[in-house]
Amino acid sequence: MTSSATQDATLPDAQGLVRRPFRSSLYSGNARAVFDRGMRSQWTGNLWVMVSGFVEPVLFLLAMGLGLGALIGTITDDAGRLVEYPVYIAPALLATSAMNGAVYDSTWNVFFKLKISKIYGGMLNTTIGPMDVALGEIAVALVRGGVYATGFVAVMAVLGLISSWWALLMVPACLLIAFGFAAIGMAATSFLRTFQQMDWLSLVLMPMFLFSATFYPLSVYPHAIQWFIMALPLWHGVELLRALNGGWVDWWTAGHALYFVVLAAVGTWAASVRLKALFLR
Amino acid sequence: MTPVIQARGLRKTYGDFEAVRGIDFDVAPGESFGLLGPNGAGKSTTMRMIGGVSHRSGGELTILGMDPSHEGPRIRAHLGVVPQQDNLDTDLSVIDNLITYGRYFGLPRWFLKQKAELLLEFAELTDKRKSKVDDLSGGMKRRLTIARSLVSDPRILLLDEPTTGLDPQARHVLWDRLFRLKEQGITLVLTTHHMDEAEQLCDRLVVVDHGKIVAEGTPSTLVREHAGREVVELRFGSHRNAALASSLDGVGERIEVLPDRLLVYATDGEAALAAVVARGLEPTSSLVRRCSLEDVFLRLTGRSLVD
Repeated sequence: MTSSATQDATLPDAQGLVRRPFRSSLYSGNARAVFDRGMRSQWTGNLWVMVSGFVEPVLFLLAMGLGLGALIGTITDDAGRLVEYPVYIAPALLATSAMNGAVYDSTWNVFFKLKISKIYGGMLNTTIGPMDVALGEIAVALVRGGVYATGFVAVMAVLGLISSWWALLMVPACLLIAFGFAAIGMAATSFLRTFQQMDWLSLVLMPMFLFSATFYPLSVYPHAIQWFIMALPLWHGVELLRALNGGWVDWWTAGHALYFVVLAAVGTWAASVRLKALFLR
Repeated sequence: MTPVIQARGLRKTYGDFEAVRGIDFDVAPGESFGLLGPNGAGKSTTMRMIGGVSHRSGGELTILGMDPSHEGPRIRAHLGVVPQQDNLDTDLSVIDNLITYGRYFGLPRWFLKQKAELLLEFAELTDKRKSKVDDLSGGMKRRLTIARSLVSDPRILLLDEPTTGLDPQARHVLWDRLFRLKEQGITLVLTTHHMDEAEQLCDRLVVVDHGKIVAEGTPSTLVREHAGREVVELRFGSHRNAALASSLDGVGERIEVLPDRLLVYATDGEAALAAVVARGLEPTSSLVRRCSLEDVFLRLTGRSLVD
């Protein structure tokens, strides 16, 4: 019991330094603090978990692309182009890894902080608003997605699977894809009550991964199923990256990107409103 | 002086359940104000409304002249919050908990580095600075939570059951810390169902029961007005307490029958006890003590506070 006060003559009154929040109950303009906190806990604690997330799609690429690809040779894609099999699936695996990373961060991690460790409850006792939480957490997921994407694109380059300078845009495109999935994932998580319900997510993600023109073109399906898959987000991600990787950029490419811009905007808004409903009752 | 917190007809309902049923109170700057009541009385709900994390269902509430339903973050810039359940960041070390929390207020790092050291000293956690939160004892976690709430030099500190679940020694350490904050002029608003805590810390308090205020005043006036001076606690064994109450007619000013004991309120406790013994009654145990807030609560609600 040495010091009798928390005030100190050499330190100014913190109240004079507090960042003046926006006049809003949803957003205070300080998502940065949530982001910093996420980075600190994610990249100092479980580095091995982070590394394993990068290795998985690379293993898929080696096994399916190079292994299976040696048997398959070339494949005719939905645009009628003849493509080497590894070149065909590599962008699809990249899109899937962007999705998985973002969804993992925005569902399991968010659920844990929401229900178990009550981290968000603590944040919202400060000047932080629900939208600061949503944006900050999404940004953390994006950094992870960006690191994975950069690594995977490098592996693709080493294996000679890249044939266009447009491929450089695959990394920012992955961030956009991850943003969309992270925002929607966070909004969806806010509706879940138990860990068991989290399993429903893999019920959605796994088929989407297998059937979104990842390993073979959509043309094998009947028309109705083709339309259904084309409504789902992962297909747009796969097609976006495939176009960039091959340098076949057109208005469709912009359309796929726009799909994710809308997904991200709607998801961020929905996640913020849901967090507000959960915490500011 | 303008009150820092003002509530008029404040109400909160969850579906059909009315948690807070129209309460009025003012808190003056620098005051230490307590909400006393049993579990489920509506104390925590009231605290959450003051902290801007719960919307009121009706009535008026202003904090520092602002409406918490519309300006939550702006109000919380001036508040320090110690919730009932610790929600420390278990992914971070002790010192990083303080620094990160300060960042939520947008405080600069150079400031937080120095401030965190002062707070660690205040909470007697300097040698635990690098520890993980999960390795701390209950009392240490509580002190860290209080230190954390002080990182922004708040004008108002909201403490929801600050010492519940702690052992007596840890509670006294915390009371000492809170008393120092009070001396610094920080407005304290606390909920508790511990009488001794309310008596130690509160300048003024309201007794809350079933979402309503049943009494208001300083601890000593509440005791004087609603309980009296002294009380004799008599135990005759649980099956005989009620039966023997009638044979005590005329002893003391008032008798309260509880399942485990009889309470005889009297100006002179020793004299009352002597009168009981003179009637040939032999309690298995007896105790004369001064009246406390516990007796006030019993008188006002017919129930004891801690079950």
